[in-house]
Amino acid sequence: MVGVIGQAIKRREDPRLITGQGQFTDDIQLPGMVYAAILRSPHAHARVAHINVEEARSHPGVVAVYTGKDLEGKLGLLPTAWLPPNSDIKTTAHPALAVDRVRYVGDGVALVVAKDRYIARDALDLIHVTYEVLPAVVNQERAMEPGAPLLHEDAPDNVAFHWQVGNATDEVFARAEVVVRHHIHQQRLIPNPMEPRAAVAQFHPSNGDLTLWCTSQNPHIHRFILSGLLGMPEHKLRVVATDVGGGFGSKIAVYADEALVAYAARDLKRPVKWSEDRRENFLATTHGRDHYQFIELAGKRDGTLEAIRVRAVANMGAYLSTAAPGVPTILFGLIVSGPYTIPYAGVDVYGVFTNTTPTDAYRGAGRPEATYLLERMVDLFAREIGMDPVELRRKNLISQDQFPYHNPMGLEYDSGNYTRALDLALDKADYAAFRTRQQELRAHGRYVGIGVTTYVEICGLGPSQIAGAVGFQGGLWESAMVRVHPTGKVTVFTGTSPHGQGEETTFAQIVADKLGIPVEDIEVVHGDTARIAMGWGTYGSRSTPVGGGALTIATDRVIEKAKKIAAHILEVGEEDVEFNEGSFQAKGDPKRRASFQEVTLQAYLAWNLPQGVEPALEGTAFYDPANFVYSFGTHVAMVEVDADTGEVKLDRYIAVDDPGRVLNPMIAEGQVHGGIVQGVGQALWEGAVYDNQGQLVTGTFMDYAMPKAHFFPEIETRFTETPSPHNPLGVKGIGETGTIASTPTVVNAVLDALQPFGVKEIEMPLLPERVWRAMQNGRENG
Amino acid sequence: MIPNAFAFERVNTVEAALDRLGADGEAKLLAGGHSLLPLMKMRLSSPSKLIDISGIDALRGVRREEGRIIIGALTPHREVAVHPLVQAHLPALAQAAAQIGDLQVRNRGTLGGNLAHADPSSDLPAVALAYDAELTVVTAEGSELLPVDGFFLAPLTTAMPEGGILTQVSFVIPPEGAHSVYEKYSHPASGYAVVGVAAVVALTSGRVSHIRVGITGAGDAAYRATAVEEALLDQVWSRERVQAASRHADENGGIGEDLFASEAYRRHLCQVYTRRALERLG
Repeated sequence: MVGVIGQAIKRREDPRLITGQGQFTDDIQLPGMVYAAILRSPHAHARVAHINVEEARSHPGVVAVYTGKDLEGKLGLLPTAWLPPNSDIKTTAHPALAVDRVRYVGDGVALVVAKDRYIARDALDLIHVTYEVLPAVVNQERAMEPGAPLLHEDAPDNVAFHWQVGNATDEVFARAEVVVRHHIHQQRLIPNPMEPRAAVAQFHPSNGDLTLWCTSQNPHIHRFILSGLLGMPEHKLRVVATDVGGGFGSKIAVYADEALVAYAARDLKRPVKWSEDRRENFLATTHGRDHYQFIELAGKRDGTLEAIRVRAVANMGAYLSTAAPGVPTILFGLIVSGPYTIPYAGVDVYGVFTNTTPTDAYRGAGRPEATYLLERMVDLFAREIGMDPVELRRKNLISQDQFPYHNPMGLEYDSGNYTRALDLALDKADYAAFRTRQQELRAHGRYVGIGVTTYVEICGLGPSQIAGAVGFQGGLWESAMVRVHPTGKVTVFTGTSPHGQGEETTFAQIVADKLGIPVEDIEVVHGDTARIAMGWGTYGSRSTPVGGGALTIATDRVIEKAKKIAAHILEVGEEDVEFNEGSFQAKGDPKRRASFQEVTLQAYLAWNLPQGVEPALEGTAFYDPANFVYSFGTHVAMVEVDADTGEVKLDRYIAVDDPGRVLNPMIAEGQVHGGIVQGVGQALWEGAVYDNQGQLVTGTFMDYAMPKAHFFPEIETRFTETPSPHNPLGVKGIGETGTIASTPTVVNAVLDALQPFGVKEIEMPLLPERVWRAMQNGRENG
Repeated sequence: MIPNAFAFERVNTVEAALDRLGADGEAKLLAGGHSLLPLMKMRLSSPSKLIDISGIDALRGVRREEGRIIIGALTPHREVAVHPLVQAHLPALAQAAAQIGDLQVRNRGTLGGNLAHADPSSDLPAVALAYDAELTVVTAEGSELLPVDGFFLAPLTTAMPEGGILTQVSFVIPPEGAHSVYEKYSHPASGYAVVGVAAVVALTSGRVSHIRVGITGAGDAAYRATAVEEALLDQVWSRERVQAASRHADENGGIGEDLFASEAYRRHLCQVYTRRALERLG
């Protein structure tokens, strides 16, 4: 059993998930359950003059209809839980159902509860709302202009917050030999988890408790916030999120919808179920990204990078979603200097309200935006000074002996060996040979390109002290309990809330490795506030560094106690007991031994425990990490652009990632694959588009292009392992690296292919027509 | 994504289907359902009744009759794609049918449903044009044979008479020695054709003796690129002639635009994909 860590064990959660035995929220069936549907605004901006619900209310099978007015004073406003300091943030009122004004297409207007979901849906058509349509604004730069339609009276110019940080002064740029300036639009993306959101609430009249099953990445945060909204003490509320079909950040937020379902269940004293349909998911679940950026990168002619400065205008949508303000500020601004020794950096961010679906974290959350602009700028800088872009990167990478490294925003990067990952990736790609072939093919009218990204990522969110300092309205520590049962079987309780990341497997590996028992003897329980003391959930690549850290300590506590009992049984001093491969033995006397199971049984029988040792065997830890951890790596993409049509073909993709110690290479590789696919999705196909009236034009899978398996070559992955000193496992994060690195890698590869056409920028996604037009312009301009 | 309430009835004969259609002007036929049901779930279409004709076995199957391949309207795409007669005589149809949706869609969706629905981005209309298809439509008054040329009028609009049922499609087997191909530029989201070109070419002593080019996806309705055909018919086949002729590929249809591709780009794609299709045949 020794060495379970590092084994490519198959995901234990998969058999149930792929045979349809999972327990997703929508699978919950309760006696007497009724079904909710939400009427959503068809207008991006309108005054709600009148709502007539009488016809709906009298429709056969309808149990109840609620409007915003019905809930005033009874259901609290939705809070924003990340308030970046010194940003003058405006947390405007966000009722669960609009009272007199709707601010985006999808804003909730009324809730219908009916005997079945068909009746509920039909009844929505029987609610008659009189809207007075107002002018809408969907573009954040336009929203800041004088005279733009105003969303919230208490947010002048539609500015939700303005946040600045950094040490990059005008003077630094004035004296620089080279300054490259560039505009980038980070388009809006729709997270599209496989499982849309859902909620089931059950009120228990016997004790006044309420259970809410919902699609959450962080059920304890849901309980924390919803207890306030519902006016219900936290100990009376249980939130459960066992099987969750992906989130990518979109299931962090506490939405109006689950609050409404909980409210209705309590009000009606009947279980209520609501399941979002795919169309609703497009409109009412948070979107991601959507920045306009202006970037300046300064440096010397010899390729020494000196300063980077960014002005970003982030589209926050109609309201500030739960964690949203932290995304374009803390998670973005602090990392714009990336893996390079750039001494000066400055960021100036406006978060702006528009008549669009609220944005919030989307896989990578802020770090893809930072990495994209930086990697694009580095390529442009290389072109400007006539240096190979890889050489420019190599010249500026933080070297191994500079760790811990302090970046200009005050972050301390823990550990790294950036050039090792770069060398490995270039070696696999055979970079020099590619450049030769590229020249040959150009002579034949074929355009291939290579993109190389070196990145670093903040992950493992994070110590609570820093969470407080950056305005996150919660802690970021994690809990774990290891409960050893009398027979030596183990239940692990984790405060993280995996929803596709595979921690039921990797966390069992951690415990199996330490206790020397089979993985099959360990059950990992997550996503239930009644079973787990506390936790802050799964996002920001924190589960393994923080949750795994807690679990390691909790397991050590089990061993520590078991050792005391073993010493007593073996009649030796505690210091003379060794624990190896699931067996306690006296040093120097291998015959005096007791198995982990024997010791456990004795702990529970408690017939003969050492003095001062309590019965039973459990270990609990509430672990707050020392700091963030910083994954890094190098990604390489090779593409060919169809000279006739602008279609981009991805020929090869090489990913070398360093997530610290790798617990399960198969799961790590799966995370990298998924991340890359999502990141390339942004580069080439995905993009949410609103028309000027605020209608989401890309509102179905017919128009919004999700990446598909046949769009990709075999992804070539490699890992280097540079342990983090900040947690007991030496791990970093792997869930977001692919999304962070792959977008600039592919875009840079395409632009590299198009160098002969003098193309410097194509707006994402790099749709074939955009690429074709860029080539046409290049041809015309000689 | 819940449709309005509707009645449902399964019928086993064309006569019964005609009878039910005649009795309820708001009723619709259900074959594979892959075009109709999404519209109903979005409540863009709310028929009073679905008449399920998928069990009418007489409307299913592929057979050869003299110079034609005749395919029952309810034959699923998958069966069309793998059928030896189709692969041997109508390879472009086999190729197009194999590229519709995914395997599940191809197992449910039907040839007749696809053509009668007349989605302007659907693959099969281009192929039907390239093989001079004739569509048999049955109404209460009797049976009619409609040529494919002129069948596709506008998005979701065909020349089918009101209350009619498309029962079979007959494709002309191209002359001996002809080659045919379907070249498609798929929309990355929907998988439908942004431009799809079906081409059939026969050469006699190096000259083009037979040519058909059908184009779908580019505009309101699939069309025959007769300008391309005319530029090549009776001409000696050459790479240069094919290139020159392909430049006329966008002349015979109303070229449209959407979020993904502008009119100018679509015109360009028509030309490029026509050239590519033809270059595979010479």
